[in-house]
Amino acid sequence: MELFASLGDGFAIALTWQNILLALLGCFLGTIMGALPGLGPSNGVAILIPLAFTMGLGATPSLILLTSVYYGAMYGGRISSILLNIPGDEPAMMTCLDGYPMAKKGFAGEALSLSGIASFVGAFLATWGLILLAPQLVKIALLFGPAEYFALFALAFMTLGGVSSTNQAKSAFAAALGLGLATIGVDTQTGVPRFTFGEVHLYDGLDFLVAIVGLFALSEVFIFLETRHGGSDAEGHKLKIGKLYPPMSMIKACTPTMLRTSVLGFIAGVLPGAGASLGSFISYSMEKRLVDKDGTFGTGDPRGVAAPEAGNNAAAGGALVPMLALGVPGSGTTAVLLAVLLALNITPGPLLFTQNPDVVWGLIAALFIANFMLLAMNIPMVGLFTRVLMVPSRILMPIVAMVSFVGIYGISGSSFDLLVMIGFGVMGWVLRKLDVPLVPIILGTLLGNSMENNLRRAVTIDNGNWWTLVDSPLSIALWAIALVGFVLPLIVGARVKARMHARRDTEGAISD
Amino acid sequence: MKFTATRGLIAAAVLGLSAVAAHAQENPECIAPANPGGGWDFTCRQVGKSLQDLGLIDKTMQVVNLAGGGGGVAFAEVVNKRGDDNDLIVAASSATATRLAQGAYPGNTMEQVRWLASIGADYGVIAVAADSAVNTLPELLDAIKSDPTSVSVAGGSAVGGWDHLKVLIAANAYGIDDVRSVKYIAFDGGGEAVTQLLAGSVQAFTGDISEAKGFVDSGDIKVIAVLSPERLPGEFADFPTAREQGVDAIGANWRGFYAPGGMSDAAYDAWVQKVGDLYASDAWKEVMAANGLAPLDLQGAAFQSFVAESVAQIQSISREIGIIK
Repeated sequence: MELFASLGDGFAIALTWQNILLALLGCFLGTIMGALPGLGPSNGVAILIPLAFTMGLGATPSLILLTSVYYGAMYGGRISSILLNIPGDEPAMMTCLDGYPMAKKGFAGEALSLSGIASFVGAFLATWGLILLAPQLVKIALLFGPAEYFALFALAFMTLGGVSSTNQAKSAFAAALGLGLATIGVDTQTGVPRFTFGEVHLYDGLDFLVAIVGLFALSEVFIFLETRHGGSDAEGHKLKIGKLYPPMSMIKACTPTMLRTSVLGFIAGVLPGAGASLGSFISYSMEKRLVDKDGTFGTGDPRGVAAPEAGNNAAAGGALVPMLALGVPGSGTTAVLLAVLLALNITPGPLLFTQNPDVVWGLIAALFIANFMLLAMNIPMVGLFTRVLMVPSRILMPIVAMVSFVGIYGISGSSFDLLVMIGFGVMGWVLRKLDVPLVPIILGTLLGNSMENNLRRAVTIDNGNWWTLVDSPLSIALWAIALVGFVLPLIVGARVKARMHARRDTEGAISD
Repeated sequence: MKFTATRGLIAAAVLGLSAVAAHAQENPECIAPANPGGGWDFTCRQVGKSLQDLGLIDKTMQVVNLAGGGGGVAFAEVVNKRGDDNDLIVAASSATATRLAQGAYPGNTMEQVRWLASIGADYGVIAVAADSAVNTLPELLDAIKSDPTSVSVAGGSAVGGWDHLKVLIAANAYGIDDVRSVKYIAFDGGGEAVTQLLAGSVQAFTGDISEAKGFVDSGDIKVIAVLSPERLPGEFADFPTAREQGVDAIGANWRGFYAPGGMSDAAYDAWVQKVGDLYASDAWKEVMAANGLAPLDLQGAAFQSFVAESVAQIQSISREIGIIK
């Protein structure tokens, strides 16, 4: 089996002391980031990008660190959902519904460890899905010409709003803003500078990493400065964990749920744009319809904790599939990871698997390792993370600000980039106030150029014939999914959103 | 600090008295106008290392990455702030000349710096998919001549960039007068362009020989012409040149250096000599072979006029295709 040989090579790469330590560090920091309300996986990865660059890590180690953070944050999100009824990040929103009632009933420990196990099952299966699906996707990648890529990008944007955003129009506005920002710089199709105002720093366009760190990390600091909610959100709560290990019968009862929702979450993750929030949402609602005969969901049913956690962690793994195989991110956080790859001079896409097999397989092996580490960390050590919830923001935020500035300056050595970052920070702060999601902006900035170029390539190749965009079965299928993904939430969305946001934390407008 | 300054002054005085060839660059520095990992970065680091290995410089060459504006940030920095630095050289390539020719470094021209020497070249290739019916360059150019809309040529640089210009040089040499009719599709890098060639979205590929090599080895594409004066040595010897097929087109993506415009003649001559000595060494021949660099041996005034000609040629083609007015 070629697959296992490659995977074996991957483990050989991942199992060095440096990489194991990085994975451990990433898992630990990621779990903390996930647990802290407001700091989700996108911010978590964004904040640690400068760290990875400052440490002078190579491509594979950087990726191992950052994907461990990514997986860790997906695990960590559940902790504050269960204990405080405040989702640590948006995908963990659905975990509040049954997790908090369980904690109130005195089963906090069980809920935490059960959701840890569910997270593990979801992530573990999704990593296998990634291994099996990504190389297949690479094989059909040759079917993707410029027209199909354009359709795929459109699909990413159209499904992005979906159920997870508060407002489809705001999502669309954010995407348009991102696409607009992407036009800054020399147009690669004609070599003409656009919106550069003769400023040579703008010729290469805006650096995504600078934009990401500004939008996510710095705006977080601004929000803090404004609200100064002193200690942490956990103050005044007496966190009682109780028994840590759930009874076997509970795990057994939840197993079918975990397996079903892992598959569902994975599929939701693979679709570009939809991401982990959709994964956990679909998982929860499907399980509710399927097994909730007595109406116990929402009152502390263990299956209601297992379903969204398995779903969102599986979606996190699924979102890596299109990112690695096609270079189109499946979620907000993978969009951030894509930016990292590009900054490391690695172009994701069909060629990645043949040209940088060490990166791909090392990364996949690291995901497995990270998963086991996270399981180990999240069950016996969950008490430690609950204590992190009490770290006051006034200590945390200056660290975030410092890492952002030092890191970005470390990457480019340019003070111009610092100004751009501050600009993005202010923009992020304003947009959060207006409840405009930030992820579509990043996706727009990141994918805007490719999307525009592929459109223009497609039309040029076909001598100006616009019908070329819907000229193959693949592109028609992609457009169809995109349309459904955009229209469906408008129709069924109202009801769904009301439920989803009933318990929504008002703090961050960040969706994954 | 005062001590260092005094010492520097003494050193400068001593150096000023010593012979030109012995002018030792006190703190050799090389600016790579891009992030680590690219071609310019390679140029600085490899040359710095080889110069030291050969004993041509005493101290390690410090490599500074100054990315931005496709090299424009570094160019502006050298012209505006480091204009008389005798220790500084900057990595450059055809891309630098192309951008200068097209005025893509706002307010800067090639006369503002001194062109030092080349260290080799990556020759251009034109390739088609392995299963394509086209086997020679004239066949491809005939197809373009009879129906320009039927052939899309993919390359890794922007419209007006070097990959594009190479096809146009070939088309021009074959007697296609309206080079604007040649359909060029810009991709982000040679790899992506080759992928689209394999996917069948485009019919031909233009790029550097180093980009194409891997895909030739795997049997995916066939090179129908190398844009070099004569066949390349070693493993590239099988590729026919454009010239032997009756198309007099040469396209070399050269690598080399420029120095600040105000560099003293003594320092300039010393640098030229050092890079010249480096180029002549056997160690450098090995480096070139290992990295797919073909010979291009130009130093000092010869290199200066080579760059000037290249800029003029690019300007005239760019004017024809309407990129500059």
